[in-house]
Amino acid sequence: MSFPWAKQYAPKHPVMQWIDEKLPLPRFVYNAIGSGYPVPRNLNYFWNFGVLSGVALVCQIVTGVILAMHFHSSAAGAFESVNGTIMRDVNAGWFLRFAHANGASMFFIVVYTHIARGLYYGSYKAPREMVWLLGVVIFLLLMATAFMGYVLPWGQMSFWGAQVITGFFSAIPVVGDWIRIWLLGGYAPDDAALNRFFSLHYLLPFVIAAVVILHIWALHIPGSSNPTGVEVKDEQDTVPFHPYYTAKDGLGLVVFLIVFALLIFFAPDMLGHPDNYIPANPLSTPAHIVPEWYFLPFYAILKSFTFDLILPAKLWGVLAMFGSILLMFFLPWLDKSPVRSGSYRPMYRIFFWIMIVDVFVLGYVGGAEPIARNVILGQIASMYYFAHFLIIVPIVSRLERPKPLPNSITEAVLAKGKSGETAVSA
Amino acid sequence: MSALFVKSIKFLIGGAFVVALFLALWTTVAGMINEPAAETAAEEFHLKPEHLALQSDGPFGTFDEQQVQRGFQVYKEVCAACHSLSLVSFRELEGIGYTEAQVKAIATGWTTPQPTFDPKTGDRGERPNTPADRFPHVYYPGQGSPPDLSLIAKAREGGASYIHALLTGYQAQPAELLEKFPDAKTPEGLHYNPYFANLNLAMPAPLTSEGQVQYLDGTRATVDQMSKDVSAFLVWTAEPTLEKRHAVGFATILFLIALLFLTFGAYRSVWAGVKH
Repeated sequence: MSFPWAKQYAPKHPVMQWIDEKLPLPRFVYNAIGSGYPVPRNLNYFWNFGVLSGVALVCQIVTGVILAMHFHSSAAGAFESVNGTIMRDVNAGWFLRFAHANGASMFFIVVYTHIARGLYYGSYKAPREMVWLLGVVIFLLLMATAFMGYVLPWGQMSFWGAQVITGFFSAIPVVGDWIRIWLLGGYAPDDAALNRFFSLHYLLPFVIAAVVILHIWALHIPGSSNPTGVEVKDEQDTVPFHPYYTAKDGLGLVVFLIVFALLIFFAPDMLGHPDNYIPANPLSTPAHIVPEWYFLPFYAILKSFTFDLILPAKLWGVLAMFGSILLMFFLPWLDKSPVRSGSYRPMYRIFFWIMIVDVFVLGYVGGAEPIARNVILGQIASMYYFAHFLIIVPIVSRLERPKPLPNSITEAVLAKGKSGETAVSA
Repeated sequence: MSALFVKSIKFLIGGAFVVALFLALWTTVAGMINEPAAETAAEEFHLKPEHLALQSDGPFGTFDEQQVQRGFQVYKEVCAACHSLSLVSFRELEGIGYTEAQVKAIATGWTTPQPTFDPKTGDRGERPNTPADRFPHVYYPGQGSPPDLSLIAKAREGGASYIHALLTGYQAQPAELLEKFPDAKTPEGLHYNPYFANLNLAMPAPLTSEGQVQYLDGTRATVDQMSKDVSAFLVWTAEPTLEKRHAVGFATILFLIALLFLTFGAYRSVWAGVKH
């Protein structure tokens, strides 16, 4: 599962030799993220974000496990246990809570960057389709985990967010309401819903960790992609993961931690909503129910469907919202271009950047008041989103004439040095 | 035929979403032209609070203990009659400069007692507060409880600035509002305040005259001063650990910047001589 020139694990210390004979775990780590994994030498900083996502997951699990020790999972006690006990009485509880809440945001920031990198550099294409598919599974699990986590403090947005999201299921014809009541364990979110969300919120991160292992396993079969999209040809094209990329990821990790620390210590509530500091009240609906920032683009898609075309508008919205993520599963087969990297695809590159702007527009609309101007903006942006993946990308991959590719990674690297460029290829 | 269908299924699905959205867009635009959204009094007369500068602002912010103590006095003598502070414990007052003995005196002298319940006899009673207790819940007979103030500075857009603007913003309903929106007259029992989301709130102006509170430190107790002080106090109740958060954050960032230099050096030395 690796290149023939990969270094072999040869423990010198007798204890390591003894362990390696009994259980080759050190060998496994060595081959996965040590010197035994040859990686293209030309990865830019966007390749840091996979490791950063893994770090974010570990941060969430560590802070989450400790928070769970102090959390009171009941509709009567949840808000008080988070905002009273944890924030005021638990030693450094305020730090754990802010680190966990902002850790979720950091997780999504790095995961979205990781996904965007995959889209630009065509990381989803053969032979890495399985890596991409598992990535989409991780993303779905991450969204479910984040949603359920946001319900736990039992503030106004927690409660009404749970009400809205579980309301999606009532859009299913005939059995919808029945399914919603079954999922919630009642007619509205209450103890039953809160407890099952807590249980699943504790379980799913470990499921994510398991799928992450599969994701990395699938990655190690073809090896990492790179900014040129040209496959590794010989030993010259690669460097061992350790120490080269442990050093580069280490640098990226410290930058990540600085941003994370700035959020936790100096703007812990910036990405949250003030209404979640009000205890859940089933009798008082907030003026504007909005999800956390990382769901806003999808929320905008949901809200954009306001016309009953054969099916009710609400069902269209729900289908489109789930569809907007599920279509990612088909991306490796929607984009037929043999060229991976967007750097060599002049047409695709333009549409890629339009799509990125489009997602930001959707994010804005998702959080904005539903006045006519914003609704129109959201409807146009949603149209582009679906047109991009289902119509534009398949057509572009046929029409486009890509730029000539370098013969090898090494050739591209050396050519870059000659022309005096120092910046990483975008 | 079926092969063609499979081949074009992506265009069909994509097209269906685009058509549904196009029709939705059409109806939105038509609706906007046919019946433009009517303006409401709340949209036109609602005011955004002016920024209230406090010592706790910014990355190095700390609490002004004198001001927070004055704010506590305002809370105790004015707000506490109706508003609870049920997430805050009396012992936490030591964090704003009161001594242990003073906190004990404040707790035992607190007007609202702690409710008790004897599980053996079923008797309900009352006892004086102790420093270990949280501020007792205030019941407001017949009308439910006004909002708890523990987290109010975080639970409202604008935080302390909003609280200060609201407390000083009570006024008579402007004549031009009534002229333009005759139906928007403030109902009986509510009070006009342009900083409140729908302009009319149930709470009457709580701070009405200078000297309503006799400050122990001799500060002139104008309505504006009392509003500022109680806003500062509510920033403290919303997050008593704010000062500690800033201090730990400062040390953490310094440490990480040092680490950044080290990791950058490590990166440079590892990659020296390797073109990439």
